[in-house]
Amino acid sequence: MSLLKLSDVSAFYGHSQALFDVHLSLGEGEVLALMGRNGMGKSTTVKVICRLLKHRGGVVMFDGRDMAREPAHRAARAGIGLVPEGRRCFATLTVHENLVAAARPGEWDFKAVSRLFPRLEERRNQVAASLSGGEQQMLAIGRALMTNPRLLVLDEATEGLAPVVRQEIWAAISRLKAETGMAILVIDKSIKELAAIADNAVILEKGTTVWQGAFADMTPQIVETHLGI
Amino acid sequence: MDRETGLNLALLGVMLAIPLWAMAADEPFLVTLTTRAVIFAIAGIGLNVALGFGGLVSFGHAAFFGVGGYAMGILASHAQGYMPLIEWPILVEGTKSMPVIWLTAICASALTAFAIGALSLRTAGVYFIMITLAFAQMLYYFAISWPAYGGEDGLSIYLRNAFPGLNTMDPIQFFAICYALLLAVLFLVARAARAPFGLMLNAARQNEDRVQAVGQTPYRLYLVAFTISGAITGLAGALFADLNRFVSPSMFSWQTSGEIMVFVILGGVGRVFGPVAGAALFVLLEHVLGGVSDYWHIYLGAILLAVVLYARGGIFGILTGRDTANG
Repeated sequence: MSLLKLSDVSAFYGHSQALFDVHLSLGEGEVLALMGRNGMGKSTTVKVICRLLKHRGGVVMFDGRDMAREPAHRAARAGIGLVPEGRRCFATLTVHENLVAAARPGEWDFKAVSRLFPRLEERRNQVAASLSGGEQQMLAIGRALMTNPRLLVLDEATEGLAPVVRQEIWAAISRLKAETGMAILVIDKSIKELAAIADNAVILEKGTTVWQGAFADMTPQIVETHLGI
Repeated sequence: MDRETGLNLALLGVMLAIPLWAMAADEPFLVTLTTRAVIFAIAGIGLNVALGFGGLVSFGHAAFFGVGGYAMGILASHAQGYMPLIEWPILVEGTKSMPVIWLTAICASALTAFAIGALSLRTAGVYFIMITLAFAQMLYYFAISWPAYGGEDGLSIYLRNAFPGLNTMDPIQFFAICYALLLAVLFLVARAARAPFGLMLNAARQNEDRVQAVGQTPYRLYLVAFTISGAITGLAGALFADLNRFVSPSMFSWQTSGEIMVFVILGGVGRVFGPVAGAALFVLLEHVLGGVSDYWHIYLGAILLAVVLYARGGIFGILTGRDTANG
């Protein structure tokens, strides 16, 4: 059974339609890459999954539960952890405060997050605003993990980071997959890195799912047609 | 110990040293003046929970200050007149016991804050400011038109209420009570600010969506903060009424709301000790400038303008060189 399933989902910003017909399915322990060119609806899909935006048509199911009426905080409590685009840590709180403020009971606590990202332990008492971009990204991932999610949603987690830091983030995501068996929905443009961790992929074009399948089945022709790479 | 902690301790030390010196120098007026600053500081700390930590610009905190004051006034007036407060279905007498009065003031103002907050927090920005102001003004006009408790003239209490083992009519002993309550409130608020609730409240002020994405509801956080904020301000109202042995509708007025906000802004918004410094400076200016001119509020206005424009971290911001406590 799918942990997350979107069927025929449509969504609007005011009168402007952003999603027309999105389908995707993600099982327990699976890593799904959500792909598409800029402005194709990836982040909007993430907002719908996390209930930061209500869908108007179709069905969003998480863990067998219809999410249509669920607000964002209930989606988080149900087990959806979001690492938002642009990191967005709580700027005036310290690293430790950012993490413990979000904590929910479970195996992920400050120690566990520090093991994944030792740099956060070193910066424990530093305010988030004074961290480097990479450290802020680690903090954003750590904060989502502190909610002890069953599904981790990473929206452009490596965007704008130095290559060395990007490798560090990808290594952490790989460890999460290998060691925890957590379901992960990842949005990124780095096909090479996605290929190393993603089991399946979904490609969006103009707010519509145009391709989905095993990542290994994504041919160069599909990539060129839908992603323009 | 960092610089800000040192300043906090120095401030508390000065506020304790002044009345002790004043008693030795036989200047009881200075003791009363410092007690006034301590009570204003408690009121400011209350508002700071909503304004500083939650970003809720309430222009109606006089409502809770007044409710606390009237809780004291009503209970004490019934006790001094030997008239029961309620006769049916159960007999409830008035009281002159300070702890009972504080508890009543805290509960009454917390309930008022909960009710006002539950409605006001459905709005935001300028609408929130106006709706909180409107509630406070409603209570102001209600107090004016309530003849049973003095109406526009207010209500006098002949003797200050009693605290076990102390002579509350002695200025230094009443100061000691207020100072101890200030320390207790500071301790509790500092603990709450560093607890997950306080951190999430601070986070909600920065971005509500992100707070929801980690499973919290900003509305609930704000409502709890607003209720705690009202309760603390209500306690200050009860102490203020006891200090003056008088309550009047002016405790509910928008000028009182404005003054409480001035304590917070002058001292440093969002800093636990900010309102203490702000209230102390306000009382000092009121005393010094008040002796120079009847229109001393003009000078206070100019100072406030300078703080808002050039020192957004208030007095603490100037002294520590940091706009925020963490910053």
